[in-house]
Amino acid sequence: MLELTVFSLLNGLVYGLLLFMLSSGLTLIFSMMGVLNFAHASLYMLGAYLAYSISLKIGFWPGLVIAPLLVGVVGALIERYGLRHVHRYGHVAELIFTFGVAFLIEESVQLIWGRQNVDYREPAILAFPLFKLWGTDFPAYKAFMLAISIGIFIALLVVLTRSRVGLIIQAAITHPNQVAMLGHNVPLVFTGVFGAGSALAGLAGVIAGPSLGTFPGMAAVLGSIVFVVIVVGGLGSLAGAFVASLLIGMLQTFAVAVDYSLEDLFKAIGITTGQRSALSDLYTVTVAQIGPILPYLLLVLILIFRPTGLLGKREV
Amino acid sequence: MSALAPASARTRTTFVRRNAIWWLALLIVLLLPQLARSGTSIAVLNQMCIMVIFSLSYNMLLGQGGMLSFGHAVYFGLGGYFTIHLMKMASGGGFFMPLPLVPLAGGVAGLLFGLLFGSFSTNRAGTVFAMISLGIGELIAASSLIFVKFSGGEEGITADRTNLTAFFGATFRHELQVYYLIAGWMMLCAWLMYRFSRTPVGRMANAVRDNAERAEFVGYSQKHVRLLSFMGAGFFAGIAGGLFAVNYEIVTEETVNLVSSGVVLLQAYIGGVGFFAGPIVGAVVYTLLQTLLSNYTEIWAFYVGLIFVATVMYAPAGLTGIIMMHLPIYRAGKLRSLALPYLRVGLPALCCAIGVIGLLELLHFLSVRAVGQSIKRLFWVRLDVDQPLAWLVFAALALGGFVAARRMAPQLVSAWDAASRHAFARRER
Repeated sequence: MLELTVFSLLNGLVYGLLLFMLSSGLTLIFSMMGVLNFAHASLYMLGAYLAYSISLKIGFWPGLVIAPLLVGVVGALIERYGLRHVHRYGHVAELIFTFGVAFLIEESVQLIWGRQNVDYREPAILAFPLFKLWGTDFPAYKAFMLAISIGIFIALLVVLTRSRVGLIIQAAITHPNQVAMLGHNVPLVFTGVFGAGSALAGLAGVIAGPSLGTFPGMAAVLGSIVFVVIVVGGLGSLAGAFVASLLIGMLQTFAVAVDYSLEDLFKAIGITTGQRSALSDLYTVTVAQIGPILPYLLLVLILIFRPTGLLGKREV
Repeated sequence: MSALAPASARTRTTFVRRNAIWWLALLIVLLLPQLARSGTSIAVLNQMCIMVIFSLSYNMLLGQGGMLSFGHAVYFGLGGYFTIHLMKMASGGGFFMPLPLVPLAGGVAGLLFGLLFGSFSTNRAGTVFAMISLGIGELIAASSLIFVKFSGGEEGITADRTNLTAFFGATFRHELQVYYLIAGWMMLCAWLMYRFSRTPVGRMANAVRDNAERAEFVGYSQKHVRLLSFMGAGFFAGIAGGLFAVNYEIVTEETVNLVSSGVVLLQAYIGGVGFFAGPIVGAVVYTLLQTLLSNYTEIWAFYVGLIFVATVMYAPAGLTGIIMMHLPIYRAGKLRSLALPYLRVGLPALCCAIGVIGLLELLHFLSVRAVGQSIKRLFWVRLDVDQPLAWLVFAALALGGFVAARRMAPQLVSAWDAASRHAFARRER
């Protein structure tokens, strides 16, 4: 049991911080521009694929730097030449536009790299078990992912709260007109934040690719979860996104390990049902089986009982 | 018409005239299968009719209610599941249930799930509604893979439509009978949805879309108005799902998942969400693209995506919007003055499109070709992808066409302005 708890905690932390790398950019972009970037997870996938191609040519480490930068440029271009053009038609049109971009990125990834998984691997130097507890290995690559995510988290915190750029960004979130009056180029700040957020998503893709697999569906796997994270955390709240990322990361990794169903619970308190009907699935599925839908259940519950999200101020 | 004419005759003529477009549509729908009698074209027509209902129901949300949903396939898919279960139960004539009534089960399921999910998601429109719909979409799509007894998992649920109570002798073994069943439902649903948009509830849905706050001041709860539209959209999506079950005799997870939800958004938007007929145009065009284009290229979905993004950026009123824009100019007889400017922009634009398509096809060929294969047939020409020539020609076409089209665009704009000024001046006079 202890073994299970420790490993679920570690895996949950790795997964949760990965989610935060995606959701931090998404929530920053949302609170600045009011745009929910549907293509965010697609940029994450693009990062993984670009890093794969770079790793074939010049190795993993250059890819770790170049791929996120390329994704950042792609993001900035999308903002500058797409989103800004569509802005005049309102937020719904912007959302539809990013949905179209997500669709296009997904199709172009299949067009260029094919429909199969690509064999994107961690570098040989990190392909060893870091330590062994109770007979289970903990791979060094996961520790590396953890280190990168924590590093990014701290860097983000420092940049946003301690640097001049961070202060301008924070001010532009709440008072864009005032900031423009003071002589700052607010549209440029928007483009920059969009690009930086995209680069973060790309970086998440680069480090997640070898561990979670690099395949055309990887954006869909994580995309909706990231949306859940920012709603559960509270729209526009960076701290909320952090808490929700860890919460959902833990929720999903712990759920995988719990092999009980409602029926077992009923048995434990003395109720047994021998019946098998079309609805019997409802109480015979185990928690591990419903793991994938737990985040969405959480989303629905949050919307009913706490519409502002965990730490948000805006009513959903 | 003179004042002495009997009132009933007058109302009868206005009734016929006012509904002329519906009678025409009915005539076309009845005659279409006679024009194209092959099995595949009837299959395409069936798919088209189902998608028309689905897109129209989607537009009750997006176009008329201002609610952008990323999970509308939930009601389509659940409607399909409930219908197919009913077909299974009624199979063999266990109880009275003719096939044409079966889709109603899907409609009722869609309505009830619309009530359930709408009850907590229609408080707000816009981004928040979109996200909740996405969450619900994921929830149901993932659940349909987990609760295998109900949904059949990845294999889905199958049923036999020919074993139900005969309907005036029809057992729906023949494809044409199925077509008329689906087409009949389509006409009925389209007409009902049109009538709904003209009821006070439908008008209030427009008001809430345009300014929810003012609608509240007039005394309407924005939530209730949205919920009513939402349930209506769920009902008709459920019927479309039910017809899907009737047509294909199988319902799988694919009907309920997010891809399906995305397709309906694509259809409705490309057609134009601002017009009642928009989603119809969108569904017809999308189904044609899907069935025809996929014969020629594997990356047809990419082209559809390009068309979609171009629509969002440059023609947010969609195909129907483009047609409607030309209507006043056509009435003023000024359409001819636009022909030359259109040609001047259209030819370079066509070159640009050919160039882009060529580059994309070559790029795709690189990723799928067998080892040693280097010849790609494209535009009736054999191209060697390992030589730079084909790439350069397509790149030059794309770039040159783009530059030339942009250079010519101002001429088109000024010709357009002149023509529409003329048209509107005439109208005012």
